[in-house]
Amino acid sequence: MNIVVCVKYVPDATADRTFDPADRTVDRVNVPGVLSELDEHAIEAALQLAESGDAEVTALTVGPAGASDAIKKALQMGVDKGVHVTDDAIHGSDAPATSLVLAKALTKLDETSPVDLVLCGMASTDGGMSVVPAMLAERLGRPQVTFAGSLELSDDRGTLTIRRDGEAATETVEATLPAVVSVTDQANEPRYPSFKGIMAAKKKPVETWSLADLGVAASEVGLAVAWSTVESYAQRPPRQKGTVVTDDGDGGRQLVAFLAEQKFV
Amino acid sequence: MGEILVLVDHADGVVRKTAMELLTIARRLGEPAAVFVGTGYERAKDTLAAYGAQKVYLLEQPELTEYLVAPQADALAQLAERAQPAAILLTSNSDGKEIAGRLAIKLGSGLVTDAVDVVAGDDGAPVATQSVFAGNYSVQAKVTHGTPIITVKPNAATPEPAAAQPVEEKVGVTISEAAKGARVVERAPRTQTGRPDLTEAAVVVSGGRGVGSAENFTVVEGLADALGGAVGASRAAVDSGWYPHAYQVGQTGKTVSPQLYVAAGISGAIQHRAGMQTSRTIVVVNKDPEAPIFEMADFGVVGDLHKVLPQATEEITRRKG
Ligand SMILES: Cc1cc2nc3c(=O)[nH]c(=O)nc-3n(C[C@H](O)[C@H](O)[C@H](O)COP(=O)(O)OP(=O)(O)OC[C@H]3O[C@@H](n4cnc5c(N)ncnc54)[C@H](O)[C@@H]3O)c2cc1C
Ligand SMILES: Nc1ncnc2c1ncn2[C@@H]1O[C@H](COP(=O)(O)O)[C@@H](O)[C@H]1O
Repeated sequence: MNIVVCVKYVPDATADRTFDPADRTVDRVNVPGVLSELDEHAIEAALQLAESGDAEVTALTVGPAGASDAIKKALQMGVDKGVHVTDDAIHGSDAPATSLVLAKALTKLDETSPVDLVLCGMASTDGGMSVVPAMLAERLGRPQVTFAGSLELSDDRGTLTIRRDGEAATETVEATLPAVVSVTDQANEPRYPSFKGIMAAKKKPVETWSLADLGVAASEVGLAVAWSTVESYAQRPPRQKGTVVTDDGDGGRQLVAFLAEQKFV
Repeated sequence: MGEILVLVDHADGVVRKTAMELLTIARRLGEPAAVFVGTGYERAKDTLAAYGAQKVYLLEQPELTEYLVAPQADALAQLAERAQPAAILLTSNSDGKEIAGRLAIKLGSGLVTDAVDVVAGDDGAPVATQSVFAGNYSVQAKVTHGTPIITVKPNAATPEPAAAQPVEEKVGVTISEAAKGARVVERAPRTQTGRPDLTEAAVVVSGGRGVGSAENFTVVEGLADALGGAVGASRAAVDSGWYPHAYQVGQTGKTVSPQLYVAAGISGAIQHRAGMQTSRTIVVVNKDPEAPIFEMADFGVVGDLHKVLPQATEEITRRKG
């Protein structure tokens, strides 16, 4: 089977993430970037499926030049090949435009060799919208099987069953392949690249595509045609540090005294 | 003023607080029109009227809820084509965001997710406030193309009653074959704890790795109950199997924004903070005075939670007499 994992290159959450003051987009240049941690769970899910049966796994990313690092990490973890869609016109794209580019790239891959499974992370760690997988399913007209806390393929690898934590219930969802799936951080424990994996990654094929390769016009994507816009942004003032007491035997009572003062008791 | 479609979040007619919040917000933007999908409308009816729904669209076809989110996006898209609303509001939970995502593509409309506030801008169109980068930034965002679709986080507004007599309209929609791709084959309702819903609660008491075991979570539950609050947990506590994942607070769990958040035995990693940073008052109990969570505490106790929490619970009970 043929699995494509969508991976995003994002500003590192442990760095000081900020915006580009010129156009109020996420600063993806001056802040160190990484493969979105949550996408590692999607990669791990793909690798486990590949290990339990025959499958080829491709990592697909849409992003600036630096996003090739995300592909590299995926290859080091064990993914077979990479596709990096990059084009200056993509800068500032919103989720609908990003999903358009991803959908076109998936269609192109599908034409060469049918894609049975598209795997995504549950959310990117920068935007964190959790909407791209749903948008992809909509655009591709494929079943959407999202927020999988666990996933299982039937023996013939034609049916997929997942469990997800819904708002009021745990849901079991079933779909036939091909489908678009997103997995949560509950689904597995991502592996670290091994030394062998790091060496092997150097020889794995990576293709770089532009918008023209996908038949997408520059005017269909990017900041200028985004369907939503950031009007302003401001750093939240740090919280005022309050009182800290050390428990000398009546810490609990002091805590309640504070709560009473604040009218919680 | 245009209609503002509000997708009502409910469990078999029991309307969740977020729906009242959405109706309250909708009144700032236009005329609230509740979209009720599924069964149990009789139970929901009075609440929707009390919170100002001028209209209720009733969508009761069973197929709408047998499948994962896609049919609801079909339904809202058809409703939007007909009603030409000025905006569409949904709850910012996993279902709401995914319905919004699909709807955005269907309608060719922009969307803003995870709003913590929504007001009418100068031109009357909604302006949403978002809290991003683990709560370090506050952003003002607007939809500039199509019908604004906005998903709103719980506790983004205080529900304000405004009695109305809604016009009810039963609506039939066509559900595409493509939308039936993912079938929900089982729903196992979560066991009722008798405590308020985590995302809606005014008080949340969370425990982390410092709690030490599943059994010890009773000290966290004890304080939560004394305060009439909900129980939360850090991922470390969830991963250790001490508390169910549904109660995880943080980036990959629930975002909470209560009046009072108590963090016990939690260090304050950025991913945890992302889920509780907008709480009004934060109280910390941690035995390590260097724990980063103290930086955001309005009140902190350096001490052993196994001593401090039970004492606090006892003291509250005593004061209540
Ligand atoms: C992609 C990603 C997503 C994540 N999502 C989330 C998320 O949604 N939610 C989340 O919480 N985490 C999340 N995490 C994990 C996060 O990074 C931290 O690992 C986690 O929050 C730590 O939990 P903790 O504070 O309970 O444990 P620790 O960091 O181990 O802290 C335990 C604290 O308890 C204190 N303590 C110990 N014993 C006692 C005692 N007897 N009395 C008082 N204090 C005591 C210690 O001093 C310490 O400060 C995520 C991580 C990643 C990479
Ligand atoms: N630019 C991108 N390139 C590749 N995959 C992406 C991109 N943006 C989002 N995704 C995928 O969609 C998931 C959810 O992203 P989001 O909707 O932004 O939270 C991510 O975990 C990725 O799997």
